[in-house]
Amino acid sequence: MESNYLKEDKTLVLKITEELDHHMVEKLRRKADYEIERHIPRKVIFDFNQVSFMDSAGIGLILGRYKNISILGGQLELINVNEQVEKILNMSGVLKLIKINKEECA
Amino acid sequence: MVSKYDNEMKLEFLSKSSNEAFARIAVAAFASQLDPTIEEIADIKTAVSEAVTNCIIHGYENTQGIVKVHCIIKNNQLIIEISDTGVGIEDVNMAKEPLYTSKPNLERSGMGFTIMQSFMDELNVESVVNLGTKVTMKKTIKQSLKGEDNQNNICITA
Ligand SMILES: Nc1ncnc2c1ncn2[C@@H]1O[C@H](COP(=O)(O)OP(=O)(O)O)[C@@H](O)[C@H]1O
Ligand SMILES: [Mg+2]
Repeated sequence: MESNYLKEDKTLVLKITEELDHHMVEKLRRKADYEIERHIPRKVIFDFNQVSFMDSAGIGLILGRYKNISILGGQLELINVNEQVEKILNMSGVLKLIKINKEECA
Repeated sequence: MVSKYDNEMKLEFLSKSSNEAFARIAVAAFASQLDPTIEEIADIKTAVSEAVTNCIIHGYENTQGIVKVHCIIKNNQLIIEISDTGVGIEDVNMAKEPLYTSKPNLERSGMGFTIMQSFMDELNVESVVNLGTKVTMKKTIKQSLKGEDNQNNICITA
């Protein structure tokens, strides 16, 4: 996962470069929470461009970060989500809480 | 060994989370002989990942055990059995409910069985408390008509 904090926008971009399964998610959770607590961003963007695989462990990761970010008063957004990942997010109701931004490709 | 199936393979590995990727990639590679679409391969990988993860975190509760994967190809159907000899499931119907998880503290979403069910054609869960759990999933891979078209062309031109 690559993290990039845009100071002016108070936006933290977390680009996921790993396959999102139970094995990888444990490490990503720690890294994401560390970056979120460090910056207290107004907005966090998860970039899925390089996510070639996701199972239900990814749902837990996204919902867990959504909770933490909301408590700190921030927003969460997902970008570059492929069809397979969207299918899983849709099925679990995540998209009722968190939106996919289809315009931004940053 | 004489098999009554068109093809068959078995895998056994330790219940380590690093084997989740290994298992789904191995099954996807085995399934590729049925000439599945990219979407079908993605569905199979996701379903296998869910079942194997369940053996590791629920069946063995992160202690050491053996996860078994048995794949069969019969006609155009892929049959995948994934089993553990762990704690078992008391109420399978409740476990299969969308969003049900016995480990919400681990950020589990309770969507594993729902994903297996919807990404495969059939899902069957057999479990005995303290003996273990076996998940059987089936998926028929529709054969593309490419081959037939070619044969027709050859007939016509011959
Ligand atoms: N192999 C297994 N051994 C024991 N319990 C299992 C197994 N697979 C699933 N379960 C039980 O079924 C529940 C639902 O599984 P699932 O739908 O994959 O959700 P999750 O893994 O997110 O909890 C689990 O929380 C667990 O209690
Ligand atoms: Mg599961």
